Amino acid sequence: MEIIIEILSIPLVQSILKIVFIILLFAMPLGTVLTLMERKWSAMIQDRVGPNRANIGNYTGHGLLHLAADGLKSIFKEDTIPKGANGFLYLIAPFFGMIAGVATFAIIPIAGPIGDFTFQVTDIEPGLLFIFAITSLSVYGAVLAGTSSNSKFALLGGTRASAQMISYEVFMGLALMGIFMVYGSTRVSEIVDGQNEYWFGNLIPMWGVFTQPLGFILFFTALIAETKRAPFDAPEGESEIVAGYFLEYSGMRWSAFMLSEYIAVAAVAVLTTTLFFGGYHVPWLHLWESAPQWLVTLLQVMKFSIVTIFFCWMQIQLRWTLPKFRFDQTMALGWKKLLPLSLANTALTAVVILAFM
Amino acid sequence: MELKVKQVKRVDGVKEAFYIPATFGGLRLTVKHFFRNLLGSKDVVTINYPEEKRPISMRWRGRHRLTRKNDGFLKCVACYMCETVCPSKCIHIEAGEHPDLSIEKYPFRFDIDELRCVFCGLCVEACPKEAIRMDTGVVAMAYSSRKTFDFTRDLLRDEYDPKQHESPKYADEDLPRPDSSETALPNSQGIPAA
Repeated sequence: MEIIIEILSIPLVQSILKIVFIILLFAMPLGTVLTLMERKWSAMIQDRVGPNRANIGNYTGHGLLHLAADGLKSIFKEDTIPKGANGFLYLIAPFFGMIAGVATFAIIPIAGPIGDFTFQVTDIEPGLLFIFAITSLSVYGAVLAGTSSNSKFALLGGTRASAQMISYEVFMGLALMGIFMVYGSTRVSEIVDGQNEYWFGNLIPMWGVFTQPLGFILFFTALIAETKRAPFDAPEGESEIVAGYFLEYSGMRWSAFMLSEYIAVAAVAVLTTTLFFGGYHVPWLHLWESAPQWLVTLLQVMKFSIVTIFFCWMQIQLRWTLPKFRFDQTMALGWKKLLPLSLANTALTAVVILAFM
Repeated sequence: MELKVKQVKRVDGVKEAFYIPATFGGLRLTVKHFFRNLLGSKDVVTINYPEEKRPISMRWRGRHRLTRKNDGFLKCVACYMCETVCPSKCIHIEAGEHPDLSIEKYPFRFDIDELRCVFCGLCVEACPKEAIRMDTGVVAMAYSSRKTFDFTRDLLRDEYDPKQHESPKYADEDLPRPDSSETALPNSQGIPAA
């Protein structure tokens, strides 16, 4: 027993355990379940039934078995490489997006610290700058897949994806400048703790969405564009370029692209929760001072999960609500509207902070 | 003729330029549908086919059936009316001598090639004895072999599965009871013999 506690107190062992728990038991299952939920929820939005046929005996689990069926099908499908493709780049491309999505979870705290133990894989000083670096990496997945496939449609999709993702990264960063200024840090744990303060006594929590409402809308828009989902799905544009940059993929590598899209959705949701909706902090919980620690942690995990799932749902809802932007409209919206707005938001925040604090 | 062009006025302005009011307008609609269907599939019109079947009209023409008299013999007198009227030539009858001398003929063979049949219902209309009917309520026939679609006399007469009879013609109480299968086969009115 003592040996176990001693082993558990080694930081490296703790980190590995956190990686296993947060990434393998939170991020990956969330992404996987979202692949099914997108289909079920979109069916509800469009008055359809959705997948419900996969079964074992008479058990269908309301379509839950489609997850297993899809996985098995992907594994047993042939992994084709088109003629003239750049083999190595073609084979590694699917995993860039996945790595980028999963790595986002590394700096997200899902509950408050207990003593020295934090519910966060690592709390690095650059914090959100790490996120910017990692999301830039996910562009490589689209670009490499597009260029190495030796297909015109894939190349077009890759070009569109790179242009869109790089330009939306610009004001994704600018939209967060306000957050950095308000909470005075890029470290995620400090931003989250900064949102635990209150305005007007204990009336309104100082969440990012209240301190930076415009920043929230800009950031959320930019992140949806980063995930290349509707209304910004011109890179995948089914109606004109079939499937865009991952057109030539099949089997498990195609699934990797789909899975990385949903992990990116989950990553967007956790980022929004962490930066704009108080992270794991349950509002007004500090008023109950005698709350036991285990209950507080449980409530924090629950609050974090609920808000995260809400934003996953919100993105799916938006996807099935809005029509697709044409590619030039995507770029015009980005550079002509969102960029000036995010600059104005940054300037306004700076002025307000200088004037009142 | 002069063509008239109707010009639809574009809606411009601040509200359109910012997308957000329109986005919320759209979200209101989709969220409404989402929650209505989440709480009980109210708007879904899909029929889950193999489990649920769509209600069939009284006049719906399904697979053929050869009706019987109360003594169990076929009503058919092998008059060749249906074979003659059949536009797709899918009925093949060979007449035989009936053991009851008061009845002239009975069908020794009565084959219907269901793959050729166009389900026009003319055979039912032509029959003077109401011996052939199309009220079995068999909606879909799907077999893996072509030969399976050649329905012989005994198949048409005896393959009587109550589960297949979801036609409104048969209410539950009209269906034959398992304990009296000898006498329970339906007569021409679809009512089991007493």
